[in-house]
Amino acid sequence: MTRRITIDPITRLEGHGKIEIFLDDAGDVSSAYFQIPELRGFESFCVGRHAEEMANITNRICGVCPEAHHMAAAKAVDAAFGVPCLPAARRIRELIYMAFFVTDHTTHFYCLGGPDFIVGPDAPASERNILGVIRKVGVDIGLQVINCRKRNHELIKRLGGRGVHLCGALPGGWSVALSEEMRRDFLHCAKENIDFARFSLKTFDDIVLKDQAYLDLMFSDLYRHETHSMGTVDAGMAPNFYEGRIRVVDTLGNEVALYDPKDYLSHIAEHVEPWSYLKFPYLKKFGWNGFVDGQESGIYHATPLARLNVADRMATPLAQAEFERFFDTFGARGKAANGRNLPVHQRLATHWARLIELLYAAERMQELLEHPEICDPAVRQVVEAQAGIGIGSVEAPRGTLTHHYETDVRGVLTKVNLIVGTTNNNAPISLSVMKAAKGLIKGGVFSDGILNQVEMAFRLYDPCCSCATHALGKAPLEVNLRAVDGSLLDQQVRG
Amino acid sequence: MSASKPKLAMYWAASCGGCEIALANINEVLLEVDHHFDFMFCPCLLDTKTKDIEALPDGDIFLTLFNGALRTEENREMAELLRRKSKVFVAFGACAATGGIPALANQHGLQHMLDTVFLNAPSVENAARLIPQPICHVTDGELALPAFMPRVLAVHEAVSVNYTMPGCPPEPEQIIAVIRHVASGAPLPPLGTWLGCSSRAVCSECPREKRGVLAARLLRPYEGIPETGWCLVEQGFACLGPATRGGCHALCPTANMPCTGCYGALDATADPGASALTALAAAVDPGKLAGKNEEDLHRRLKDALSGVADPLGTFYRYSLAATVLAERKPEVEQ
Repeated sequence: MTRRITIDPITRLEGHGKIEIFLDDAGDVSSAYFQIPELRGFESFCVGRHAEEMANITNRICGVCPEAHHMAAAKAVDAAFGVPCLPAARRIRELIYMAFFVTDHTTHFYCLGGPDFIVGPDAPASERNILGVIRKVGVDIGLQVINCRKRNHELIKRLGGRGVHLCGALPGGWSVALSEEMRRDFLHCAKENIDFARFSLKTFDDIVLKDQAYLDLMFSDLYRHETHSMGTVDAGMAPNFYEGRIRVVDTLGNEVALYDPKDYLSHIAEHVEPWSYLKFPYLKKFGWNGFVDGQESGIYHATPLARLNVADRMATPLAQAEFERFFDTFGARGKAANGRNLPVHQRLATHWARLIELLYAAERMQELLEHPEICDPAVRQVVEAQAGIGIGSVEAPRGTLTHHYETDVRGVLTKVNLIVGTTNNNAPISLSVMKAAKGLIKGGVFSDGILNQVEMAFRLYDPCCSCATHALGKAPLEVNLRAVDGSLLDQQVRG
Repeated sequence: MSASKPKLAMYWAASCGGCEIALANINEVLLEVDHHFDFMFCPCLLDTKTKDIEALPDGDIFLTLFNGALRTEENREMAELLRRKSKVFVAFGACAATGGIPALANQHGLQHMLDTVFLNAPSVENAARLIPQPICHVTDGELALPAFMPRVLAVHEAVSVNYTMPGCPPEPEQIIAVIRHVASGAPLPPLGTWLGCSSRAVCSECPREKRGVLAARLLRPYEGIPETGWCLVEQGFACLGPATRGGCHALCPTANMPCTGCYGALDATADPGASALTALAAAVDPGKLAGKNEEDLHRRLKDALSGVADPLGTFYRYSLAATVLAERKPEVEQ
């Protein structure tokens, strides 16, 4: 008898999602689907808008990462209007963006992905949340997490106008200059962020890397996929989140593409499935070959792990040391045929990669603030709208983000296309959910801990939900076992 | 968590998660929320399921903060369910209040959206011209997706709403004030009140000075560099502060950017776009009109308004659900 397991809704995910798992006669998993049941259609309703307002409209795509859309939109409009951004404004944009990365990655590690490690994948559901984390590591650390979010959101508000849905972007500029007073305050903030990032890496060491069971889990085949990797790099092939070229390395560590983001249509296409409102991007070079991984597949991931895989180095010293230690741990440093690092395919290592990025973002904040020009009051310029094409791209915390606009002579949008961070990872998340379900559910037997390990397969991609800084209370999950006709066969509630 | 504490729920429909982040940004006050309420449903934060809500007696949840507009049938069903289960049901944030950004989709209609996203996007390879379907047959069975409603609705268009809390998103200090008021047990304001906002315009909170000057024409934000401390409207920028409810402490004008109207029209019963348009029209002086010929008049008015090439996105940015303009008749579309 075919049975199915429905997890609906998947929670602690930015937006709505569900997982459908089909079992065969033996009770083994025959297929699993990661479905996105929502669509708002920004590509459609942004046509007709003032181009310069896209920074303020598209940040409403995601209230968790409005900064990413704000910056990508600003860059797309700079390009469409043909105005280079003023130097101080460009630094302010990146500074805000780095503060955002710090708060976003912090939230994921401590509140979303982290509890599975810090408290444990098989811990009772009521413990697998931020409260459980605090019980395990202490109240002091909980307050450190809240304070980290707070100080970086304050920076975003002072310099970007608003704590959520900032409003500072202008074509070729920014609306608020950085005062000396702000610079002093933010340097202090950056230093606290660096300390916090180092502390977080040490926490990861103590709790995960020094625990053989977690190491085994991380190295196990269950969460391993060989897909290509994508990320933005600077001229020295170090990751940069605000600007650079897009680099793609294949499953063996060979560079297969290095392109300006404006050429994305030559490299990326999107596949449509009738069972999800979210499209599935793939590399055109390999084509869409279905939900399979491997060297011949067009599926790639664009995540913190992918960004380390495509990089040759990190641009800041402390992050560089962690980068080397990371690849050493996997025996991958300098081990590719071309002398590069072998890509790390153990997807659970994405959590670790995220913390290395957190450290980089904090160090980068300090660098930007120490630049003599960042307090230059010339942050805003008078420009003219024009008919043009503008493609703006940044690395969002959860993947490469591309905004593509076309404008008429009045600076009104005639065409809009968006490939959003998480969208890049739609196919790999589907692969990971399928593999984890197949590996964990056998003979129709599953437990709460097993289902949580299925959820860990998508959680590692960072399901864009940074708001769980408190998550107080119980966290039950109900799973219904249904017959194909939809009738309820069995029900399990955990929590 | 104690059963004796009043239950608090937060749900998102067609939204961005910014309302949840605004709640998270009350920072350590979250501990107070936990002290006073049994915060028991919030898909963004907690793993409680729809079925758990269905199992509650009607009216069991004391306070529901419902954010997001209604785009899918699932959104509407969740609004109906939570309305039934809640004593106090609040339309939380601009999307729930008046449609917000997602309601801009009402301009083009549903089919335009599906065609744009799945067929015509330059990155899409879709030779089979597949558009995702509410029911899809796969090898092992059937997969379901919620159907779209023909147009995006504000929440009050589907269920009765006790209060509205505007903002995109509502500001954290306003959330704190409302939650503390409810937690204190003090009497609630009259039904229908807009909470967490001011009855006066954004201008009343704005640090920029009004000098009693009329602007010659309206400007896009990149067409000028505003003088520090001087009202943006008087300098010609299309700032909606005069027509918009306060409560945000004039965040955008303080950052030298025009108000975009996210806290909603000053008068909730008036057409939001028409109010904003009227306010700005009154701030512009196209010069003496008496004695001008028709051609001259037309040119002057055109110049004066050239700063608004997108009246819909400027004046109805957050309100295209709860307005007569949102009614898109199929016969008109034909």
